[in-house]
Amino acid sequence: MRIPLSWLREFAQVPAGATAEDVMAELVKVGFEEEAVHRPTDTLQGPIVVGQVLSLVKEPQSNGKTINWCQVRVVPEGQEQTLTGEGIDPSGVQGIICGAHNFVEGDKVVVTLPGAVLPGDFHISARKTYGHLSAGMIASVRELGIGDDHDGILVLSRIGLDPEIGTDAMELLGLYDEAAEINVTPDRGYAFSIRGVAREYAHATGTSFSDPAAKVQAPAELTGGYGVKLNDDAPIYGKPGCDRFVARTVRGVDATLPTPAWMTSRLRLAGIRSISLPVDISNYVMLELGQPLHFYDQDKLSGDIVVRRAVAGEKLTTLDGKERSLDMEDLLITDDSGPIGVAGVMGGASTEVSEATSTVLIEAAHFEEVSIARSRRRHKLPSEASKRFERGVDWQVANVAAQRAVDLLIELAGGAADDAGTDVGTAPDAVTIALPASFAAERIGIDFTEEQIVTSLVDLGAIVDKADGGWTVSAPSWRNDLETKEDLSEEIARLVGYDQIPATLPVAPPGRGLTRVQQQRRRLIQAFADAGLTEVLAYPFVSKAANDTFGVAEEGAPRSAVKLANPISEEQGFLRTSILPGLIEVAKRNHSRGFRDLAVFEAGLVFLPAGEVGTASIPPLGVKPADEVLDALYDGVPDQPLHIAAVLTGHDSPAAANHTPRPWDWADALDIARLAGDVLGVEVVVSQGSHQAFHPGRAARLSLRSGEVVGYAGELHPKLLAAQDMPERSVALEINADVLFEAAADVIVARHISTFPVATQDVALVVAQEVPADDVLSALRDGAGELLEDVALFDVYAGKGIEDGKKSLAFSLRFRAADRTLTAEEASAARENAVALAAKRFGAVQR
Amino acid sequence: MTETLPDAAIPNPLDEAAITAAVENAIAAIAAAATLDELKAVRLAHTGEKAPLSLANREIGSLPKDQKAVAGKLMGSSRGRVNQALAARTVALEAENDARILVEETVDVTAAPRRRRAGARHPLSTLQDRVSDIFVGMGWEIAEGPEVESEWFNFDALNFKPDHPAREMQDTFFVEPPEAHLLMRTHTSPVQVRSMLERDLPIYVLCPGKVFRTDELDATHTPVFHQFEGLAIDKNLSMADLRGTLEHFARQMFGDEAQIRLRPNYFPFTEPSAELDIWHPGAKGGPRWIEWGGCGMVNPNVLRAAGIDPDLYSGFAFGMGIERTLMFRNEVGDMRDMIEGDVRFSEHFGMEI
Repeated sequence: MRIPLSWLREFAQVPAGATAEDVMAELVKVGFEEEAVHRPTDTLQGPIVVGQVLSLVKEPQSNGKTINWCQVRVVPEGQEQTLTGEGIDPSGVQGIICGAHNFVEGDKVVVTLPGAVLPGDFHISARKTYGHLSAGMIASVRELGIGDDHDGILVLSRIGLDPEIGTDAMELLGLYDEAAEINVTPDRGYAFSIRGVAREYAHATGTSFSDPAAKVQAPAELTGGYGVKLNDDAPIYGKPGCDRFVARTVRGVDATLPTPAWMTSRLRLAGIRSISLPVDISNYVMLELGQPLHFYDQDKLSGDIVVRRAVAGEKLTTLDGKERSLDMEDLLITDDSGPIGVAGVMGGASTEVSEATSTVLIEAAHFEEVSIARSRRRHKLPSEASKRFERGVDWQVANVAAQRAVDLLIELAGGAADDAGTDVGTAPDAVTIALPASFAAERIGIDFTEEQIVTSLVDLGAIVDKADGGWTVSAPSWRNDLETKEDLSEEIARLVGYDQIPATLPVAPPGRGLTRVQQQRRRLIQAFADAGLTEVLAYPFVSKAANDTFGVAEEGAPRSAVKLANPISEEQGFLRTSILPGLIEVAKRNHSRGFRDLAVFEAGLVFLPAGEVGTASIPPLGVKPADEVLDALYDGVPDQPLHIAAVLTGHDSPAAANHTPRPWDWADALDIARLAGDVLGVEVVVSQGSHQAFHPGRAARLSLRSGEVVGYAGELHPKLLAAQDMPERSVALEINADVLFEAAADVIVARHISTFPVATQDVALVVAQEVPADDVLSALRDGAGELLEDVALFDVYAGKGIEDGKKSLAFSLRFRAADRTLTAEEASAARENAVALAAKRFGAVQR
Repeated sequence: MTETLPDAAIPNPLDEAAITAAVENAIAAIAAAATLDELKAVRLAHTGEKAPLSLANREIGSLPKDQKAVAGKLMGSSRGRVNQALAARTVALEAENDARILVEETVDVTAAPRRRRAGARHPLSTLQDRVSDIFVGMGWEIAEGPEVESEWFNFDALNFKPDHPAREMQDTFFVEPPEAHLLMRTHTSPVQVRSMLERDLPIYVLCPGKVFRTDELDATHTPVFHQFEGLAIDKNLSMADLRGTLEHFARQMFGDEAQIRLRPNYFPFTEPSAELDIWHPGAKGGPRWIEWGGCGMVNPNVLRAAGIDPDLYSGFAFGMGIERTLMFRNEVGDMRDMIEGDVRFSEHFGMEI
């Protein structure tokens, strides 16, 4: 909301010389954030004066244009030019070249004299052009920054002005005025008016306020006017869409008369363009009192006005010339011809006020918030009117606003009002709130005096009555946001000042610290960073193709994914089922910036919907839903486990003297995956896996001992890398961290440490190429029995001396007993048992 | 000194002068040996089988009985002197040799390669941990929830009326199909609702996490960002408790000089509501108030939605942006730096914040 200071001054005590910044500094105290300052003089400087064109000589030019060589009087005849400076003629008459042709000798115009500055840092000076010294400029509204019209210069008589020559045109056009723009929170519809803001300014400064509504002499009762019926047979939430409709008729209006400069100036500062005198008046009254008005050309109406819901198939051409299909929930203004407006949102074209209009019917109605909000959204028609109605307009002010419009039409457009008028509807029940005496103090923490409480509420416009144990408060009609004692406590605190609130530190009961999962997550993320990886945070928005490639439910089958209804880009319209697509984007971005050797990781949620998601309806607010309703809400939310993933490209370290960096390979991906298990105390079992994003021969499935899949690690598929323009042999891993967290033991039972000597025996086994080494190792472990302390694979060999299609695996077995020194025979026997099991399971032959 | 002495000159073991001369000769040669190899040659020459002293010693056997003792004594002490000199010189040369090897092994330590990558945390993640730790230190607990959420938890339970403009202030990502009433949470407040439904009273929780709004990415906006919200529900909590909590937190975060300011504002889920500003003495361009977040006393409708009796309990809530905090605390000038994943950004922070 933009507040022209001259307007605010009419109703509040704004100190002389106060700037828009000063006003905003006051308003911020009562809850209106500063948005911007609108001050014409920031870009516009005088001397800019009223001049009269004495003579105008048309001079055709060789380029086909005709220019006017004008003599313009800028000082009243007989007076001296008091301005001095280069290009200022002491005679008071300036010679000026002008290219516009919409004026004649004798017209009064706006002259920007040498030394003036116009918007766009345009400095006016005397300069030679078209063979003359042009000492100034005759300005258009656009050059002055007060309008878009550039068809010609501003002729003052056409905006109803006949000022004395030499008058300061900036004063005349309201260009010394300025506006403060504040942000109005959605609960405070009343502050979308000068009336509301002036009252708040008075609250903020502790000064007096004079209510513009009180200055209007509105008739107490209106009867006999234009016929209006309120027929809402489908109220939303049981509230009638229209509960008041005031209509007034003004006849003999001249709609062609110009809007006075003071009004256009205020409208412009408030951000509203001047359209025509009747439209400007309706906007002016809306800005001043907060009541949106609509003017009809009464001669175009046929029969009574009926306010009702739309029926199926109805259409309306709105003021913007668009034909709109109406919804049965739309509240309409209709006459015998059908719809003539969407109530509170936009009027219809057929009954619009035009230059030919002479009888104006003024509508000042009160529409219900939700109905207006829905129509506005449905038709994507945000308007100044709907903005106010959907936040709430003062029910009481309709009649006053109509009268104010009547007065202005009579004053400015020369009409006469009918004595008869229309005022139909029913006032809503007054809201009364019980405020216990100690409530505000308890809730705010300030020990308010009774006087502070009562004065604050009375200043707001509330009626405060003493009641048993406190007060009964009737909220003012313009404050539809005041419904509860909490609302009142905010108002009291706001008016007394939030800066008065003391600070006390409540002591929480003994907490349990971070949960186990929170600690596990931290440890996991920190371990990845400690291992030399860099944490990044990518967006979760991905393409369908990315999800199909990376998100795997069963091996080879893509997961179903969450689709966004309104994504930022349709290209990336899904939520990730894998962290890897985002990491690959990040890797590519780093590559493009010159960093090829990378190790990046991210821990974040992925979104794994299964079956039906969501709930068909949602429970109302302000009540705890029944358990089964809550359960349905919980169950409808898709599964969102925490994944951790990494992508490694290039080399493991920077190239340097005394060091040859090693290219990352598939085993690094596995190493990091195992690290995840290690830091959480969970065994990660590696097996040959298959995943469409990975190299078919270099992908490991990671699982728990139980068989539950934890994730994948290995070399990314060469085709995928080529398609993504990623370095060859880039590797990656992705782990469902929640599965690891869950699998971590609560208590780890200690193991006995034997101090008896170790007996080490090596064994080389020949098996078929496709037998996984880890499986052979497991067989050895299982076969060796409890004397085996550890077994490790230390060599893999295939080639000379080994049959084709076979390989030799060399293991080192470490034996130790808990209670004695092992004999060589015992160790050998255990080794033989181990080999025997490997032979049984895989046909392993000892070399 | 590898030459052997002429065979002719076998000294007489009774000739004290000749023996002494041989000893002097040997000691001089030992002293002159500059390396262990040279010393080895000297040892062979002066104590080996063919050495004069060795030969002279052998002569004792052929001496008359009465002269053997004299000659033995002379030869014993003479050979002892030579052996002592040899031993001493060996120790000295070995020490010298050890020292030389160490000198020769000198490297330029400034040319050491970095073989191990230095990893890094993302500062938003580190800052989130730091904020959480401060509240955990105050006895609060950390609560978390899903990022795709039911509309009820995100809006209705928080007293956003279905058709109120406040609902549109938070530009929301909705999930297909719209009839399923799912969305990407626009704030971490749904976690507050879940906490109130699931936890025993009193409740003191901090809810950090990722949130989503349909803003295009630019220097100051991002569709994905992080918040931390606090919620306290207890008997007799007031706005003074809110202020005290925020002041305490601000001082933990920004030092003892930190100050906060509350200004009236509006949120559907709090009444009264306030905007929270923090005084930033070290702000770029001079000390000033910086908008930090929103806060207020939990609206009774929110308590009711969670089955908490507003006549018995009251509560306060607050919420701040982690990106915003990082921007003014650590002087990050452009939001894009935080989300693009350029490794230089995280690596500059390392593991700290």
